[in-house]
Amino acid sequence: MTNPSIDSKDAAVVLRNVHKSFGANKVLAGVNLEARGGQVTAIIGRSGSGKSTALRCIDRLETVDSGEITVCGRRVDDPAVDLKALRLDVGIVFQSYNLFPHLTVEENIMLAPRAAKRIDKEKARALAHDVLARVGLAEKARAYPEQLSGGQQQRAAIARSLAMQPKVMLFDEVTSALDPELTGEVLKVIEELAAGGMTMVMVTHEMAFARRVADQVVFMNAGLAWECGSADILTHPQTPELKQFVHSEL
Amino acid sequence: MNGSLNANHLLYLLQGATWTVGLSLIAFVGGGLLGLLVALCRVSPSRPLRLVTAGYVQLIQGTPLLVILFMSFFGLPALGLKISPLTAASVSLTVYVGAYLGEIWRGCIQSVPRAQWEAAECLALTRGQRMRLVVLPQAVRIATPPTVGFMVQIVKNTSLASVVGFVELARSGQIINNSVFEPFIVYLVIAVIYFSLCYPLSRWSQRLERRGPSARQGAPLPVQQASLSLS
Repeated sequence: MTNPSIDSKDAAVVLRNVHKSFGANKVLAGVNLEARGGQVTAIIGRSGSGKSTALRCIDRLETVDSGEITVCGRRVDDPAVDLKALRLDVGIVFQSYNLFPHLTVEENIMLAPRAAKRIDKEKARALAHDVLARVGLAEKARAYPEQLSGGQQQRAAIARSLAMQPKVMLFDEVTSALDPELTGEVLKVIEELAAGGMTMVMVTHEMAFARRVADQVVFMNAGLAWECGSADILTHPQTPELKQFVHSEL
Repeated sequence: MNGSLNANHLLYLLQGATWTVGLSLIAFVGGGLLGLLVALCRVSPSRPLRLVTAGYVQLIQGTPLLVILFMSFFGLPALGLKISPLTAASVSLTVYVGAYLGEIWRGCIQSVPRAQWEAAECLALTRGQRMRLVVLPQAVRIATPPTVGFMVQIVKNTSLASVVGFVELARSGQIINNSVFEPFIVYLVIAVIYFSLCYPLSRWSQRLERRGPSARQGAPLPVQQASLSLS
């Protein structure tokens, strides 16, 4: 288990010795992880290694059993944490998009800025058009989610999250439900965000993408951040477990 | 025999039918408001609220409407509350419909996928906002066919109000029959009127059901086919 020393001051997300069990099933067994501001952290690993759970703990969709999680200077493991403030700082995009089916794409995006930030309708609409243009969906503002392809839905979901202007964005296997062509269009959007300096933590199965875009790669295994480092660890893995994983993914 | 069935009798029956419709509307509106409250309490984070409303629903579902009517018409005056047949019927039906609609709507709210709640939560919406802006609009769509279907039950159940002397369609039929003694014809006419009130509701409910919960008005989409084959 290697862990390059990171100055904690510019860490946007820090996990310290995080434990989490679902019943008898120990999913996180003392995870240590730091994601720096303005960087892309890719979490890779086999199914069941705790990647998604770790990510969900960061946005407090799951509560941890023990350990510390700090996001933008806020202790997320504190039961009294200001959840609204946390969710204003953190955006999350899910594997299954989770757009609201009863609203148009534009309304999906306008909903939270209006409800949670009290932005007036016209400003929210302008904001929606701005973020839709960034993900290449300007012409789909009035469409309903079910009228879009999976790739377009996922880009709309990213736009919805962007409209809240989060400090950190989490991506939970956002391309796993998409075919290679649609995956490409979604990854292109994420890559542009990365180039724009967005702090991102992403759980992904796209090794080539992680290698190209990630500043830091975290390999999770058996509920632990087993091996961390630059994208180079995918080419020169230190542990036999990562070596085996990288080979199986090729 | 003092005269056979004539136009005046029919007019009297139609008057009864308007009371049936009126009582149905009262039951639907009153029961609907109560039902919404019950449904929201049934999914609330507060355990006492959930338990109390669950108890209410169980109690009403396990009691015949007839007994509820007797209790409110004969029981409440015994406690010093004098009420008219209309009030008794309205209160009983509201209490009855509220429990059933509450249970139907609870199911609809809970059938909105958890992921929708989570997505709304992650967008910094409060619990009330999540319910009002994200979950309820989707639940309404799911709830429409069974709710319209249940309206048929309400219309038919208003006939029980005749036992407390409320003159709606069934009761007006009894009164007419007592004077003309033509039970078969009289009750046939009544059945036809009930049917003509209920059948359009049934058809409407079936149409909504076929269209599927995800379908929007006036937007025929391939997704409807999918929801049809899944249901």
